[in-house]
Amino acid sequence: MNAMTADWIEIGRVEDVPLRGARTVKTPAGDIAVFRIATGEMLAIEDRCPHRGGPLSQGIVHGDAVTCPLHNWVLSLRTGEAQGADRGCAKTIPLRIEDGRVLLAARVLAAAE
Amino acid sequence: MTEKLVVIGNGMAAGRALEHLFEEAPGRYEVTLFGAEPRVNYNRIMLSPVLAGEKAYPDILIHDEAWYRRHGVRLRAGRKIVAIDRAAKTVTASDGTETPYDRLLLATGSDPIIIPLPGHRLPGVATFRDLDDVETMLKAAESGGRAVVIGGGLLGLEAAAGLKGRGMAVTVVHLAPTLMERQLDPAAGYLLQKELEGRGIRVVTRANTKSIDGVDRAESVTLDDGTEIPADLVVMAVGIRPSTALAKAAGLAVNRGVLVDDSMRTSDPEILAVGECVEHRGQCYGLVAPLYEMAKVAAARLAGDEAAAYAGSVTSTKLKVTGIDLFSAGDFAECEGREEIVLRDASRSVYKRLVIEADRIVGAVLYGDTADGGWFFDLMREKTAIADLRETLIFGRAYAGGAPLDPMAAVAALPDSAEICGCNGVCKGTIVSAITAKGLTGLDEVRAHTKASNSCGSCTGLVERLLSATLGGAYTPKAVKPVCGCTELGHGELRRLIAAKELKTIPAVMQELEWATSCGCAKCRPALNYYLLAAWPGEYADDAQSRFVNERVHANIQKDGTYSVVPRMWGGVTSARELRAIADVVEKFAIPTVKCTGGQRIDMLGVRKEDLPAVWADLNAAGLVSGHAYGKALRTVKTCVGSDWCRFGTQDSTGLGIRLEKFMWGAWTPAKVKLAVSGCPRNCAEATCKDIGVVCVESGYEIHVGGAAGLDIKGTEVLGRVASEDEALETIVAIVQLYREQGWYLERIYKWMARVGLETIRAQALDDRAGRRALFDRFAFSQRFSQSDPWEPRARGAEAHEFRPMADLRALEAVR
Repeated sequence: MNAMTADWIEIGRVEDVPLRGARTVKTPAGDIAVFRIATGEMLAIEDRCPHRGGPLSQGIVHGDAVTCPLHNWVLSLRTGEAQGADRGCAKTIPLRIEDGRVLLAARVLAAAE
Repeated sequence: MTEKLVVIGNGMAAGRALEHLFEEAPGRYEVTLFGAEPRVNYNRIMLSPVLAGEKAYPDILIHDEAWYRRHGVRLRAGRKIVAIDRAAKTVTASDGTETPYDRLLLATGSDPIIIPLPGHRLPGVATFRDLDDVETMLKAAESGGRAVVIGGGLLGLEAAAGLKGRGMAVTVVHLAPTLMERQLDPAAGYLLQKELEGRGIRVVTRANTKSIDGVDRAESVTLDDGTEIPADLVVMAVGIRPSTALAKAAGLAVNRGVLVDDSMRTSDPEILAVGECVEHRGQCYGLVAPLYEMAKVAAARLAGDEAAAYAGSVTSTKLKVTGIDLFSAGDFAECEGREEIVLRDASRSVYKRLVIEADRIVGAVLYGDTADGGWFFDLMREKTAIADLRETLIFGRAYAGGAPLDPMAAVAALPDSAEICGCNGVCKGTIVSAITAKGLTGLDEVRAHTKASNSCGSCTGLVERLLSATLGGAYTPKAVKPVCGCTELGHGELRRLIAAKELKTIPAVMQELEWATSCGCAKCRPALNYYLLAAWPGEYADDAQSRFVNERVHANIQKDGTYSVVPRMWGGVTSARELRAIADVVEKFAIPTVKCTGGQRIDMLGVRKEDLPAVWADLNAAGLVSGHAYGKALRTVKTCVGSDWCRFGTQDSTGLGIRLEKFMWGAWTPAKVKLAVSGCPRNCAEATCKDIGVVCVESGYEIHVGGAAGLDIKGTEVLGRVASEDEALETIVAIVQLYREQGWYLERIYKWMARVGLETIRAQALDDRAGRRALFDRFAFSQRFSQSDPWEPRARGAEAHEFRPMADLRALEAVR
C-alpha cells in the first residue's frame, strides 16, 4: 500500500502507541508527538513545549492533556494551549485514523520546504 | 404492475424494512427473500437470553411462516446468494437457480471476526453470532467443563455469563486493560470486572491469545506470556465485520462496509442496502437501533418517498446480563470544551459519568443504576439545553427541576435510624446523641466514642457533616491537604484506605474512593502507582503510563531531551574493567559529558534516547546495571575506605555500604533515598547529611536518620547504636520499609520524620525487635519482585516503542 496520498501520510498503526502514552514522528520540521489518550482517541502536536522546548511526548498523559516532563506545564492536546496560569501554545497537527492506520496531515512536512 | 424486489439476508434489518414496506406500499412489490440460515427471521439480540436459558427459540421469533404467507413473500431460507448480475438484474443462489429483480435490497449483515490463531479450526471452537452457534455452545455446556471466551466486549461477556449460568467454569481473556473498552471508560470497566468475578467468572485482561491447542478438539488456550488455560469450549467473540464479499464481487462500491448514501442507495441506484453490512458517512453499526432507522428509510424509498433520508445514528449500549446494570451512549471522549459530571457511590457500586459540550449531553456511561439511561439518551438525541438542570442532572430525572441538593440539608434530613457507618453499624441518632451528651468536638472523638468512621473510613465525610450540623459554627473540620484536585483525600487517608479496602488497581481506587475525574492527573497517578506497588508487592501490575518519564525509560531526562546514564557502582567502588567499559561506551556513542556525581558514581550525560538500549547492552556486558539515579528509589550508598585502608578506620565501612546497596537496590520508595557509611567519626562519607547514615565507631555502628543536603540543609538525628553489622543492616532496612509504608509520595525521609517523630521510628525500627524483623521481612519479600536490572530486558528489545520513533518522515521529504 502506498504510504503517501496527496494530503495524508501514514505513520503506523493505532496499537503502536500505548494507551495514555505517546510516540514520536521525526519530520524535517522537527519531531511530532502522537498521543493516544485513555479513551483511545489519538491526537498529534509538535513535540516541543512552548516554555523551554521540553519533549511533550515524554510527559504523563491525563484526560486530553499532557504534563511536560521538564517543568510540569500542562498542555491541551486538542488546542496545544498551556492550561492554568501559563501562557503558550504548541502547534497541533491534524490526525486521522483509517482502518486502524494512523495518518498525519501532509503539511507537517511543509515547514522545511 | 408489480415490481420484483429481491431481498438478500433475512435478519432483523431486512425484516423491519419489509414490515415498513408492507405498511406503506402494500402489494407494490413481489418479494423474494433469501436467508442463509435455514429458518425464519428471529431476534438476534436475544441470543444471549437463549444461551442463558431465560428464553427459548420460539420466544425470539419475529416473523412466523404465516406472516410470510400473508404478505406473499417467497421465503428461500437456507439458500445463500452467491452472485449478483447487475447487467442482467438477476441473483444466483447456491443451488444454481437464478431470480430476476427490479430492485434489490442487500442486508447481508456481518460476519464474526475469526483470528487465524493456530488451532482456530479445531472442533470445540465456536463464534457467537447465530442460533447454530448458540446450539453448539449449549451442547458443550451440557457436560459442564471449562469454557474460555476470547474477547471481553459486549458479545463475549454475554456469552461468558450465559455459559457460566449453564454450569461451565468460564474464563474471559481480553486484550485491552479493561472490559468493553469501546463502550465503557476504565472506571465502569473495573466495576463490571468486579461484578463478573463476584459471579465466579475469571477475567484475564491484557491477555493476547497465542494459540488454541488440542489433538482432536480444543483442549486449552495459550496466551503469549505462556499461560495455558484448559478449555473444553473456546468461544471467539472479538468483533464483527460487515459481510461485503457479495457486494464487492458485484462491483458495488465497498469500503469497510457497502457504501450507501442518505437514501440507503449503493453505488448502483437499483440496489439498496441496510443493516450491519453498510457503511454510511464513514460509520458501520453493530447495534439494533441504527439498523431499524436505516430499514425505515430504505422502506420509504422503496415505497416511493423521495424525501426519506437517514442521517446517521446516536447509539446506546446495554449489556444483556441479568443483574448487571450498565448503559453507555454517545461519545465520552474528553475534548476541548467538554466537561464531565462524575458521580461515584462506592457503597452501592454506582458510577455515572455525563459528558457535556456546549450545554448539551454528548455522552453518558452509567453503571449500577441505569434507570435514567433512557432520559439521558433522550436529552442527548434531542440536544436539549441542560443549563437549568445542570445542578442536579446527574441525580437523574427524579431530581430534575427540584431544589438543588445541599449535602448539609441532606444529612440534616436523614432519620435518626439511618445507618451512617456500615462497618460498625452506627446510626445517625447514636452519633448525634454522643456528640451532644458527651460534648464531642471532633472526628477523632466521635471515632473513639461511637466507632463510626473507625474502620474503612469511607463514611468520614458523612460523620463530619453530622458534626457540623450538630455543632454549627463551633465545628471546623481538620484541614487535610488533598493529594490533588481529583480527590478530597490527603495522602495519609489514601494510603490507609488502599490497605483497609484492599484496593489493588488504579481504577479500583478511583471508583471506591470516589475520584472526581475519570482518569486522574499527573499528580495523583504516580502517587497511586507507588502506593499500590508498596501495598501489594507481587500482585499489583506497575502502570508505566503513571510513571514520570525517568522511571519509565530508566534514565534521567535533560533540558535538551537527551538522557543521562548512571550505572551502579556498589558502595562507590569500581574496577578497571568497569571503567574501560564506560570509556568504550562514551567513545562509541559520542557521549558529550562524563562527570562524577556527589554520590560516588559516574554520570554519562547527553545520550540520545534511541541509543539508550545499545548503551545499556554494552554496560550490561561488563556487568554494570542500572544505578536508579532517576528514580524515587534507593539511589546510592556512599562510603569511605574504612578499616580496609584508612589508618583511622574502625569498621569495614566499604563492605557494609556494598552489603546495604546489594540488599536494597531496586526498591521503590516515596522519594529518593541516599545512604552513606563512614568508617569513623571523621565522617569522610558525609553520612550525617544523608537520608540514613552510618557512622562506625570502635564499639559498633551509630545509625543516623533524616539528614538533608539539598533544598533544605539538615544534620541527621541519631537513632541509636547497634553492635553488629547484621544488626545495622536489619535496622536500616526496617527504617526504609517503615518509610515505604508510611511516607507520602515525594516526601523525603527528613520530612516524614518531622511528621511522625523520631521516637516513633526508633520504637518501631530499632527497639521493637520482633517488629523490626517483620519490617525487614516485608522489605525482603517485596524485593523478590523489584530487584532486577531494568536495563537488561530493554537492552534485549523490551519496551522498544519507548526508544524508537513511530515513523521517520525526514527521508520522505527528499523524494517529493
